[in-house]
Amino acid sequence: MNKILLIIQREYLTRVRKRSFLLTTFLIPLLFIGMYATIFYVALHNDEPVTTVYVVDESGQIANRLTNTDHLAFVQSTQSAEQQKKNLEKEKEENHAVLLLIPANIHETQTVELYDTEKKGIQTLRTIEAKLNDILKVDALKAAGIDLQTLTNLQTDVTIKSKQLTVEGEKDSSVGAAIGVSFGLSILIYLSLFLYGNQVMRGVIEEKSNRVIEVVISSVKPFQLMLGKIIGIGLVGVTQFILWIFLSVSFMGAISAVMLGSNEGLAITTSPATNTEQSIHPTNTEENSKIQSVLESIKTIDYGPILGCFLLYFIGGYLLYSALFAMVGSAVDSETETQQFMLPIIMPLLFTYMLSFSVLVNNPHGSLAFWLSIIPFTSPIGMLVRIPFGVPMWQLVLSITLLIIGFIGTTYIAARIYRVGILMYGKKASYRELIKWFKYKG
Amino acid sequence: MLTIDNIVKQYATHRALDDVSMTIERGKIFGLLGPNGAGKTSLIRIINQITAPDSGQVLFDGEVLQPKHISKIGYLPEERGLYKKMRIGDQLVYLGRLKGLSKEEAKQRIQHWFEKMDMQSWWDKKVEDLSKGMQQKVQFVATVLHQPDLLILDEPFSGFDPVNADLIKNEILELNSGGTTIIFSTHRMESVEELCHHIALIHQAKKILDGPVKTIKNNYRENKFKITCRNQGSIPLPESNLFTIISQQIIENQTTLIVQIAANKSINDVLSYLIPLVELQHLEELIPSIHDIFIKEVTASVNPNSY
Repeated sequence: MNKILLIIQREYLTRVRKRSFLLTTFLIPLLFIGMYATIFYVALHNDEPVTTVYVVDESGQIANRLTNTDHLAFVQSTQSAEQQKKNLEKEKEENHAVLLLIPANIHETQTVELYDTEKKGIQTLRTIEAKLNDILKVDALKAAGIDLQTLTNLQTDVTIKSKQLTVEGEKDSSVGAAIGVSFGLSILIYLSLFLYGNQVMRGVIEEKSNRVIEVVISSVKPFQLMLGKIIGIGLVGVTQFILWIFLSVSFMGAISAVMLGSNEGLAITTSPATNTEQSIHPTNTEENSKIQSVLESIKTIDYGPILGCFLLYFIGGYLLYSALFAMVGSAVDSETETQQFMLPIIMPLLFTYMLSFSVLVNNPHGSLAFWLSIIPFTSPIGMLVRIPFGVPMWQLVLSITLLIIGFIGTTYIAARIYRVGILMYGKKASYRELIKWFKYKG
Repeated sequence: MLTIDNIVKQYATHRALDDVSMTIERGKIFGLLGPNGAGKTSLIRIINQITAPDSGQVLFDGEVLQPKHISKIGYLPEERGLYKKMRIGDQLVYLGRLKGLSKEEAKQRIQHWFEKMDMQSWWDKKVEDLSKGMQQKVQFVATVLHQPDLLILDEPFSGFDPVNADLIKNEILELNSGGTTIIFSTHRMESVEELCHHIALIHQAKKILDGPVKTIKNNYRENKFKITCRNQGSIPLPESNLFTIISQQIIENQTTLIVQIAANKSINDVLSYLIPLVELQHLEELIPSIHDIFIKEVTASVNPNSY
């Protein structure tokens, strides 16, 4: 036992002290946060400057009904179209503006002209088009004899408030957010099973190709070495997770605070840029409240069971797969030879991982989903995806029990092959060879 | 010290050890010889409890081999290996602790060996920064750090330059005179004759020779002598079957003969025949070296099926 602790200690410390460990531990949350911040920033502060749209309205009915947006400020022009075009050229340098020419017979032609000194972004065109469409539609409806009151009543806006019936009664179920979180975690499990499983395999190959293995196993049993390595690297993984979660949460908190703060500031500072009195405050605060509601729903997720299951399934899945990875490592002389053995190990994980985006989410209580979340090779991902949809207790217990039996099984098999494999050099192992090794005595 | 009883080890298609028995006495240097693939490494691995025999047993000081004996054995494998990225000091502490030393004990002994072998500045170096010979030295220290009663050295001199080979040889002799029993597996026969008290020869999974070096050499005496004498012409052969001349070399007035004496005669009979004829200068019995015995035994017992 004491010797296993020594091995765990060595495996753990040599890895944690590596520069690459520090790098990935700090860079990955930063990368993740960076992405998150960028998306957040782009979504909120679409950096496009406000474009002034001078409107020459020959019909005289439209211009005053065009409302400003974040990026467009409509100004009714008092000049003639020709005059305005010349002005655009002149102003080009200091103030980018466009000219919208609405003909007198707009209601019949439904065509307008837009003059610009440079190519317009598609977004500007769409916005103007949509606004004109709305106005023309209202006019058409009015012409058809429908009054304004009826019209506003006709505006519908459906939102689904999802309530889940549970024993305690109704409760808000923020399924969307919960699915997001457990999706994220199952991707994390998928990646980390590979990442750390691979490290176990590489560690075994390293010892084997260094020939240090014979020195070590003249002091400890091969099984102790294998287990010590698996646990040591597993602890490295857990350490990394904890650091990632801690760093992510603190970075995220900081960035969210900065984002929301600056967003409010922006709402005030941008308004003078538009030279009209029309305010853009409403849209901004609306977006703010949307973000807040997302943050709210992320906060309301019941993290306990999800994180608990994540930890259980990560540990179980890791032990199950890393034993197999150790086995592969012991059977080969170099990393390039691992291919033939890797495929059958990766398949169940990859299969579940790919299905999790379609079948598991669409039909989380179907029989495929059930089996994927019960079979030990696929359950670490399968079950994690299903959890937000509510999984009966007995299934959870069954799945975890099978996972435990599964990893004891793979560890047993792997250990028997490992103890022979690590001393075999220069022999290309086949599956038949592995079975032979498994049968060797003592 | 170590009694090996009727060990059989079978791998799927071939038998690595076939009913091998031998006894290794305490305080001796025991040479384990044999061509490549004879089964030496299999036997060593069984003694180290890396693998277990299919049948037979190994007794360590009269007890069946068990995990507690691990700390009493030091093993230097033929294929050396250390963790490349680990610092030498940490690495030796780790290996020492795996053998049951405490951290402080290990550190102290490493310091002692580092001083002894002129390696003081190596503590913080990594293995990959050392030359091959230097790595071998580290490996040797790792093997003897826990002061084992039984030291198993598989080709201990390979990779050493003559200076360091000598250094290691002296360390081995010093350990042995301090009471450490040594099993010494090698192909280098000259070092066997220099170091070993006792040898065993394994060939094709079987032990074919076992005994003290002197006895074995005696057993392989072939009654051959080298005689140097001064004379004017060639030496006439005796009428009786006293001896036959294997080779004869005449340089100026000096003749060197290698003679095979007949089975029932002795060197004295030969001398009494020669003395009246020549002036004797030098007489030497040709005792086969372990090298010759090795070659003879191995080639004699070639299994026709295996080639």
